[in-house]
Parts: sequence; structure tokens; C-alpha cells
Amino acid sequence: MHIMEGYLPLSHAVGWTVVSAPFVIHGIKRLQHKVREKPETKILLGVAGAFAFVLSALKLPSVTGSCSHPTGTGLGAVLFGPTSMSVLGMVVLLFQALLLAHGGITTLGANTFSMAIVGPFAAFAVYRSGLKIGLPVGISIFLAATLGDLMTYMTTSVQLALAFPDPVGGFAGALLKFSAIFAVTQIPLAVSEGLLTALVFSTIRKYNARELQELNVIGKEL
Amino acid sequence: MKHISQNLLLLFAVIIITAAPLIGFNKNAGEKAAALFSGADEQAVSVIEELSPGYEPWFTPLWEPPSTEIQSLLFALQAALGAGFIGYYLGLSRHKNKRVS
Repeated sequence: MHIMEGYLPLSHAVGWTVVSAPFVIHGIKRLQHKVREKPETKILLGVAGAFAFVLSALKLPSVTGSCSHPTGTGLGAVLFGPTSMSVLGMVVLLFQALLLAHGGITTLGANTFSMAIVGPFAAFAVYRSGLKIGLPVGISIFLAATLGDLMTYMTTSVQLALAFPDPVGGFAGALLKFSAIFAVTQIPLAVSEGLLTALVFSTIRKYNARELQELNVIGKEL
Repeated sequence: MKHISQNLLLLFAVIIITAAPLIGFNKNAGEKAAALFSGADEQAVSVIEELSPGYEPWFTPLWEPPSTEIQSLLFALQAALGAGFIGYYLGLSRHKNKRVS
């Protein structure tokens, strides 16, 4: 989902940066508050960041014959709220832009919006709705991470289609082309991300149920 | 034990999902083999070039890994750091948990 360096027109690059900034700022405030209020969750916060670090480094093959990577932002979004991942996700993207020439500084705003804002918000919403309709925690976390991942890649497709509409088919035509690359490739990867997130989450839950209860991630009765 | 077998099952499913495309494609790779399993990000760049042939990227990365080897070194490092930290945390919590109970 990394839009490569320089591959968004200036106006789009600035636009997405402006849109993303408030989420990141809110996230920084939220994290400061959380760490002050519950210092014992600091290390779990590190885990959320580390998880995004690992998963976004794994380029996996897909059924379309191309490679892409999961995002790993669903876990942190469920644990610490979506804007917390806006901060951590942006840090991951910055690392990749500066050291790996993967993504870029000019496209950081747009990439942050897809991977660190839309994905985490989608994951958070799916997790909460899943619990509300009575789905088991494990299923809810799986669906949250899977759909959050897919939403990230759909967002990238929309961003590119807005910047580069098809001369014939316009926005819709371009969207079809970009999502053929990103969204279709991503389906099996999103499922993998969902499974891995469920795995790590269930292990955290086994040993640290109390911390999860304090963060209001799971109910007291569980 | 139920927890462990459930996690092994999840892990196994991820391995299957990841390996299946490799097995499926290698059989009929043929002339397209060179482009096979290239990155989706790079493919998006070719679509951009197709849709807007005149577009020139107006900014280039400040630094680029000098070779694909160095790049995979950095990617491996990224994954190792993350995985190491998660492993540390899970080990720590398991230990704490044992002492409490």
C-alpha cells in the first residue's frame, strides 16, 4: 500500500498530510494520557508497535502472482484505540521511507491516512460491533484485523485513482485498475493478518487478561 | 494445551495461505516468470505510467539501499526487532503469570 516517493501530485501530497495531521496529533495526546494514567501498559504499547513493525516488513506472495504485505495496525487499534495507531503506524512508515526507500516523505501523509488511520478505525469499529452483536472475542479480533487490512488497501486504491483518473474511464476506471492490484492481492494476506493478530491477541489475553480489562478491551467477566 | 493447539492451528493456516500461491504459480510460470511475485507497489507505479504517461515523480528518496541485499537486510532487521520485542514481552508475562499462580 506504499505510494512511492514522488508519485502523488503536490496538491494531493499536501492534502493528505493536512487530513492526517489531526489524527496523529490526537493520537500523541491520547498516548501521553494513557501512559501517564496506566504506566503498566507501556510495554504492551511497545508490543502494538512491534507487531506493526513485523507485519509490515513481511512481503507475502498472493494468489494474483504479486507480493504485498500486511499492516499489523489492527491489534494496536483494538488495544489502545485507533488514533494511537495513527502515531505508531506513521513511525513505521517513516522508518520505511527513510531507510528502505519504501513509500516516501512526500507520500507519508497519504500512506499514514490509509495504513494508520482508515485501517485502525475500521478495525476498531469492527471489533466493537463484533462484541456488541455477541461474537466471541477471538472471532471479533480476526474480523477486525482482516477488514482493517483490506480497508487500508482500498484506501490506497482510492487515493491513487483520485490522483490519476483513467483518461477514458475516469475515477471509476482508475479505481478498478488500482484495486485490481491492491485489493485483490490483499485478500489472502488480510486473512493471514487476521489469523496472526488473533494468535498474538489470544496469547496476550491468556497471560495478561487483567491489563486488557483495564484497557476495556475485554469485559470483566471473561 | 488447548491454547497451544489452537495457536498452532492458526499458524498452520497462515503457512498454507502463504505457500499455496507459490506452489500454484511455479507449475505454469513460463515466460512471465521474471515479473512473477513482484511487489504490488511497483505494479501500481506501472499503472500510473500507463494512465498518465507524462507524469514524472517530483521527488526521489533521500537515501536508497545500495542493493536489494542491503534492502532485505533492513527488512529482516525490522522484522527481527519487532518479533524480538514481542517474544520478550510474551516470555515476561508468562513468567509473571506463573509466579502469581
